[in-house]
Amino acid sequence: MAASISYDDVEVGTELPAQTFPVKRENLVRYAGASGDFNPIHWNQRFATEVGLPDVIAHGMYTMAEAVRVVTDWVEDPAAVVEYSVKFTRPVVVPDPEGAVVEVTGKVAQKLDDRRVRVDLTVTSDAGKVLGVPRAVVQLA
Amino acid sequence: MPLDPKFIGRTYPPTAPYEVGREKIREFADAIGDANPAYRDPEAARKLGHPDVIAPVTFPIVVSMTAAEQIVMDPELGLDYSRVVHADQRFAYARPVRAGDRLVAVVTVENIKSMAGNDIITTRADIATEDGEHVVTAHSTLAARGTAAEGEA
Repeated sequence: MAASISYDDVEVGTELPAQTFPVKRENLVRYAGASGDFNPIHWNQRFATEVGLPDVIAHGMYTMAEAVRVVTDWVEDPAAVVEYSVKFTRPVVVPDPEGAVVEVTGKVAQKLDDRRVRVDLTVTSDAGKVLGVPRAVVQLA
Repeated sequence: MPLDPKFIGRTYPPTAPYEVGREKIREFADAIGDANPAYRDPEAARKLGHPDVIAPVTFPIVVSMTAAEQIVMDPELGLDYSRVVHADQRFAYARPVRAGDRLVAVVTVENIKSMAGNDIITTRADIATEDGEHVVTAHSTLAARGTAAEGEA
């Protein structure tokens, strides 16, 4: 494990580089195939609206995977993430063809023992925050 | 009908080993659009101190979701899967998943409750190598919308 960021170089409030992730239907189809989650609410508009959703919605796990890239791109070694948790508070609605955009910011919220830090993320789409208390515990160098 | 709380603490048999392949990791990384070389290039992964390519942070869901089907599909428990949404997810790692791992998951029902007419079930998947080395624990909370209605006043 070799994080590129030193514990000594961060403070509570240190901001991670923010990122923006476009989400199109194609991304959801690929994610369905790779993850094995073929729930039709993630690719079939007719089915999604029949069960009361406004349109196809992204897999919560897809949004969770995108959001943590703000952390893994920061430290370079993804193994530096020792804990990661989110609540799925609001779906990311993905209309065709325009899709959706997920914006992710992060900052160091707490310095922990053993050169670890807690990073709190903020993950939003058009509808507002889509993940509740998304946070990661990260092992720094 | 609300779910029966007697299932709290129930542990299911270990899953058959899931063998993690380099190409599966690449496929998953491609699907999430993550270009990190640690997922693709064994040499880049070795420079970071890993014996082979490692898997993205959320990859263990592939193993834990399959394992959790034992709970979700348990006819005795009677969860209405057509109404289930994923409410929260947490991963705690001993080390990253890497290519060549043969992973076995043991799932446990951690909690069952009813809230606002929804059945809420929290599951834990303890994921270890076939040899018993703990790799990651995945906690998932699932909510079945409206299924606990008969239990509400």
